[in-house]
Amino acid sequence: MSFNDPSREAGKEFGMTEHAQDSARNQQVFPVDGPNGQVILTGGDIARIVDRIAHQILEKTRGAADTVLLGIPTRGTPLAARLSRRIHAFEEVDAPAGALDITLYRDDLRLRGARAIGPTEVPPGGIDGKRVILVDDVLFSGRTVRAALDALADIGRPRQVQLAVLVDRGHRELPIRADYVGKNLPTALAESVKVLLREIDDTDAVLLAKEPGAAASEAAAR
Amino acid sequence: MIRHLLSAADLDRETATLVLDTAGQMDAAMAGREVKKLPTLRGRTVVNLFYEDSTRTRISFEAAAKRLSADVITFNAKGSSVSKGESLKDTALTLEAMGADAVVIRHSASGAPHRLSRWVSGSVLNAGDGTHEHPTQALLDAYTMRHRLGRLDGLNVAVVGDVLHSRVARSNVLLLHTLGANVTLVGPPTLLPVGVEGWPAEVSYDFDAVLPKHDVVMMLRVQRERMNDSYFPSAREHARRYGMDARRMAMLPEHAIVMHPGPMNRGMEITPEVADSPRSTIVEQVSNGVSVRMAVLYLMLGGSRPEEV
Repeated sequence: MSFNDPSREAGKEFGMTEHAQDSARNQQVFPVDGPNGQVILTGGDIARIVDRIAHQILEKTRGAADTVLLGIPTRGTPLAARLSRRIHAFEEVDAPAGALDITLYRDDLRLRGARAIGPTEVPPGGIDGKRVILVDDVLFSGRTVRAALDALADIGRPRQVQLAVLVDRGHRELPIRADYVGKNLPTALAESVKVLLREIDDTDAVLLAKEPGAAASEAAAR
Repeated sequence: MIRHLLSAADLDRETATLVLDTAGQMDAAMAGREVKKLPTLRGRTVVNLFYEDSTRTRISFEAAAKRLSADVITFNAKGSSVSKGESLKDTALTLEAMGADAVVIRHSASGAPHRLSRWVSGSVLNAGDGTHEHPTQALLDAYTMRHRLGRLDGLNVAVVGDVLHSRVARSNVLLLHTLGANVTLVGPPTLLPVGVEGWPAEVSYDFDAVLPKHDVVMMLRVQRERMNDSYFPSAREHARRYGMDARRMAMLPEHAIVMHPGPMNRGMEITPEVADSPRSTIVEQVSNGVSVRMAVLYLMLGGSRPEEV
């Protein structure tokens, strides 16, 4: 079985961690299938996925030394912070988390109105010579990641760059793949994937919705 | 976002706050970077059209546009066909033919940017027109205040000196009022403009009296080049009544800051010991100017043009 096959790997999950139980308790009101879409991942699922990716990072990077996690705003930032905390909890390794905004590097700025810029916070110590793991919620066309690679090159020269995503929904437009995938989610272009995170949306969930006209706007957004 | 930036009154509270927030993000994005350049405005052309002398505004706009990777053409009226008698309109049509996406204009005539905006299809940014307005200066002043004092809402700001000839004062009064600050204009009656009662600001002739209750004191340059009359009896008297010195600085609240848009007349409206004190934000204002102008250029040029949508 392939390293990045989470749908099967999630099945042989070790018991619910303390962290997962915590966040499951916080999910008193579970998002349900409804007008907002079908629930693909619940808060408990997301907590387990974050734990698994943290373990995979430790495994694949042999202990996550000299590793920096950079989340892509908006929802990549809290995911990077969660991964950093889990990595520390498992092996007491410091893999600092930060944020890398890519708005100014987008290739579709001219297609849409000017957007608000998100925060960029590089952890002290910078990224020169480090292993940088980019963290985002959804991997779609790959254009966000391309922009992130450009942004990274202007900040410094990492030794290696990897990519971790919560959901890979396919439809790549560039030759980009993720090193760590939470869930492979086959989608139609007309569907939209919505990730909700506690830090921003007060709840953890991944929703899949069919939206007429969503394909065009989503494609433009990526 | 607005198409042209001609007056500080073009900005409503929401837009002005967006500019200040974006400037903050620009600041953060540029801090500690290896490559001090962003690809955002690649392929866009910004023309700096300067009919009047300027150091910091011209350099600041140029640096801002270059950091966003725009192509910058700087046009100084001296040594150009303007000295051969070309009109503003003909110059504008030339720029139009060259395909400028934005024109940054500084002109000695109030209203020149407004006229220009009807002749060119790109965005027009007013970089100071006569004694009228200088909106990006007001934005960078507001950004500096917010950065130093943490807020603008409810802040008490005194704008002191040659208000009559100051485009900085007018733009600041408009913008600060929009953002919820209280402005007091301070100066001799001869240096306050006609109709000042209609401005959204208080007026005072007594500098000492206003000092203790203000968070910000903004000194204005005495613009002798625009004075063809005697507006005050002597420079010494003006400095004594309306100059910022150590004695007056001591009367300010502990946290208050002293600003000056530059260039300063040291010894006239501000003494060197005040200008070089930690309370003075003069150097900060210059570096904030680049971030604010990057934000304005990004918000005006970064997205799609209205006619392209």
